[in-house]
Amino acid sequence: MANCSVQENNLKDVLPENTLKTRVPQTQVSRDIRPAPSRYRNEISKTIIRRSHDCTKCGRCVEVCPHGVHVKKPGYKYFAEPCLDLCIGTACETTDHFCVAHCPQKALRLVENPAMKVLGDCRWTADMMLATWKMAETGDIPPAEYGYEYECGNSGGGFDRLRFKYPDKLAVAVRPEDVDTSIELNRTGDSRPQVKIDVPWYGGGMSFGSVSNVTQLSKARVAVAWNTFTCSGEGGYMERLRPYDDHVITQIATGLFGVREETIQRVPIVEFKYAQGAKPGLGGHLLGEKNTVSVAKMREAMLGISLFSPFPFHSVYSIEDHMKHIDWIKHINRRALVSSKVSTPTDVDMVAIGSYAAGTHIVHLDGGYGGTGAAPDIAKKNIAMPIEYAIAKVHGFLKAEGARDDVTLIASGGIRNAHDIAKAIALGADGVVIGTSELIALGCVRCTRCSAGRGCPRGIATTDPTLQTQMDIEWGTQRLINLYNAWRKEFIQILCRLGLRSVGELCGRTDLLMHLDYTNDLEHKS
Amino acid sequence: MPEKYHIQTKPIPPRRPRIGKYGIVDWREDCCRCHNCVKKACVYDRHREEAGYIHDMKDVDALFFDCMGCFSCVQNCTKALLSLEVNPIYEALGNSYWTPDIIQTTWMQAETAKIPVSGAGYRGPFSGPGFDSMWTDMSEIVRPTRDGIHGREYISTSVDLGRKRPFLAFEGQALMDSDGPLVSLPMPLIIDMASPDHTLPELDPLFRETAARTGLIAIMDSCAWPFAETYLPHVAFHLHPDGPELPRDVLNQTRLIELPDGPDVLKRIAAIKKDCPHLVVSIKVMLGAGGSQRAIELANLPAIEMLHIAADPNGNEIGVSQPRFIKDILRETHVALIESGTRDQVTLMSSGGIALAEHMAKAIICGADLVAMSLPLMIALECQLCHSCEPGMHCPAQLESINTAYGVGRMTNLVSAWHDQLVEVMGAMGMREARRLRGDVGRGMFFKELEEDTFGKLFGTRK
Repeated sequence: MANCSVQENNLKDVLPENTLKTRVPQTQVSRDIRPAPSRYRNEISKTIIRRSHDCTKCGRCVEVCPHGVHVKKPGYKYFAEPCLDLCIGTACETTDHFCVAHCPQKALRLVENPAMKVLGDCRWTADMMLATWKMAETGDIPPAEYGYEYECGNSGGGFDRLRFKYPDKLAVAVRPEDVDTSIELNRTGDSRPQVKIDVPWYGGGMSFGSVSNVTQLSKARVAVAWNTFTCSGEGGYMERLRPYDDHVITQIATGLFGVREETIQRVPIVEFKYAQGAKPGLGGHLLGEKNTVSVAKMREAMLGISLFSPFPFHSVYSIEDHMKHIDWIKHINRRALVSSKVSTPTDVDMVAIGSYAAGTHIVHLDGGYGGTGAAPDIAKKNIAMPIEYAIAKVHGFLKAEGARDDVTLIASGGIRNAHDIAKAIALGADGVVIGTSELIALGCVRCTRCSAGRGCPRGIATTDPTLQTQMDIEWGTQRLINLYNAWRKEFIQILCRLGLRSVGELCGRTDLLMHLDYTNDLEHKS
Repeated sequence: MPEKYHIQTKPIPPRRPRIGKYGIVDWREDCCRCHNCVKKACVYDRHREEAGYIHDMKDVDALFFDCMGCFSCVQNCTKALLSLEVNPIYEALGNSYWTPDIIQTTWMQAETAKIPVSGAGYRGPFSGPGFDSMWTDMSEIVRPTRDGIHGREYISTSVDLGRKRPFLAFEGQALMDSDGPLVSLPMPLIIDMASPDHTLPELDPLFRETAARTGLIAIMDSCAWPFAETYLPHVAFHLHPDGPELPRDVLNQTRLIELPDGPDVLKRIAAIKKDCPHLVVSIKVMLGAGGSQRAIELANLPAIEMLHIAADPNGNEIGVSQPRFIKDILRETHVALIESGTRDQVTLMSSGGIALAEHMAKAIICGADLVAMSLPLMIALECQLCHSCEPGMHCPAQLESINTAYGVGRMTNLVSAWHDQLVEVMGAMGMREARRLRGDVGRGMFFKELEEDTFGKLFGTRK
């Protein structure tokens, strides 16, 4: 396909035909931005407008509101439910079209939505979730008038305390169209293809079984649209992903569910999952309730039993063993890049340099606060270090060892928006992997019930045939395309404000960051 | 093959109405009675359950708050009449340390004996005070382990209480035992005496039974000796200087005894050791002003084989204007004992602030051999920490009427869930033995140190 940057022509003579190219026609997906409103009747908003019984249905509110919040359908006596997600709330109070002020009966009141206290948490604040939904709906950065404080969460540390030091004036202004947001994934200089993605992120692994078909396919289609990647997860490679093979990373975890030589040969990147941020050191666990007929078939397992990917790989007890793994994949698929997904132990720097020495193309660090699926609470909170520390530690160590330019460093585990992406890159990553953000865009409210009963009540992380029907692929794809577009716009804005023209120029630029809890006087001291 | 430590559990539902986090507020007066009402579509069938609950409701003060918080009905209601709210009773539970989340997760574990599991990643703060200012390590590729989730049957959580030899010693060809008596526990946990603020004397038999069922030891006041009967191997009496003198045959059946610290503590130890050399004697040091220094002094005395350092229920020093947390005191004490070469000669038990299973693992990493706790067991009995445990006062958990099957079952479930969680984190760390975890700060990552190593180098000094 036109967008795919996998260069294969010069490899024809040396590679077996079966691994040279994918064997099914590849689907193209447009990255056009189209509105994709919420699939729920009542989208959650920061404020709500209460209408008292004093209302005489005069329709004045409909006349004055330019946002279309109030709806009175022709021929109807009563108002329809207001479109509160379109209301800009308190920002409207100072305008000349504030419905509350215009109401002749004083029947309208603007109040804070009590749901804001329930929605979200200190990592994903309610504002951040609303802003993500707005981006997924419109494909654009949410207008400031909505008042969303979404750039940082409220966790009190890490990304939430880091800020960029934007210069007051740039020596040379950078235009948005001059900014290059692409990154290379193969820096080793070996004979394998140069793979370039158009945005500095790709989708994380969510396996068949843990999320619905629709979710997985939507993730794959947005990867095609934005010339980036999604990951199959460890639950096997469903046939419906075949038309998107060129943008899929297939994952090999200890359970080896659905892993066959043939599936490994389909894709341009193969990922070894040594650990994952949600449950570092504990392996994967699909609860029996989610092991439905189709999941069992895909995973080549018994129906209804819990499925484990035990930790660790019992074939890997040294870097040399790790190298054997990588050589195995490189032999089976001669065009594939190899990614090693590891979590963040105290010696994560040694793990990273070891993976590099073993011949991996991508070191993927998954921080301790990451994860989308069900995991023991004790693991999510306590095991392994947050990604913010690990990025800086690994980047510095690889640099000191002279290996930094030869390996791609990808970070994940708590990346929530374009600002987090930029901060991760400034700390030393080349790019990031996202997961929860995509689920939020699809309508996740982080109720944490991914594993309870029939699975996700919102139809995102479930294999229940009825619940899955809440969402269709076109809508899911468009929401994610819109989210990616908004993020890219915002990421470009950040680079322009910093006077940078590419992602590479931002990588490792900790001098552009400041931490709210520090004196930030190191440069002056030195 | 040695016998595996296994706790028999079974689900024990709560006696009182559940205090859930969320509830749906329903403005019914505007309802248009849709035939396809969103309430019928609740994935968890909570609206139907609520109707049944209200129909059978016995306590007018206990509304239905068992909503799962998915917003589906709120967002789909034709007239937008439903609203999700946080239960005010839930928010009022506990205090700033014993948060509603801790209380609720303890209730869940006491009911099901299962490890708490949830989706959607971590939701809490980046770090926090106390035990929240550290993370536990995991092993990966360069430090591999076979102790992962499928090697958990090989993980031993047992610990020994008493004086251990700092090196191997032989008597002829035979390996010599320890220097004195040792008590082995299957997990690094002891059931502590509950504060009178949080318990009732009627509950003592339940603690003893729970200790016996889980293979642990419960510390009891010495006044309770006539009632301990068959539980004596699982009871450690706390001997007040002015308490009753225990009969010799009672002491002979116990394995551990606790004395409060005091000026004559060495004489009391000598007296007990003279009559009952088989007993491990633990000295309880309250962490008031100078308490940590006193603990270190005592630990270096040859007569001391076990120390119980006790902070307040929130894990802080007692009566100190700027109290330190038990984690930091444990690290200081542990390091001091290593430097004096006496670490293996004294067993260090800590109590106070142990609210979750992770605290047990973290306290051990910081230097404790084991921990003691009681409040989580009270919470397992649906205690809400209202601090009004006095005869005649209304108890929301109705503690005075608890039967043995319910009480022991709930506490046993909680201990089992804690054990499973300890195994989880030890598996991730690649540790096969809880004994080896003691003081292994390399298996912990501390906020202060990580900040200095990472951001300190980039951004100067932390304010």
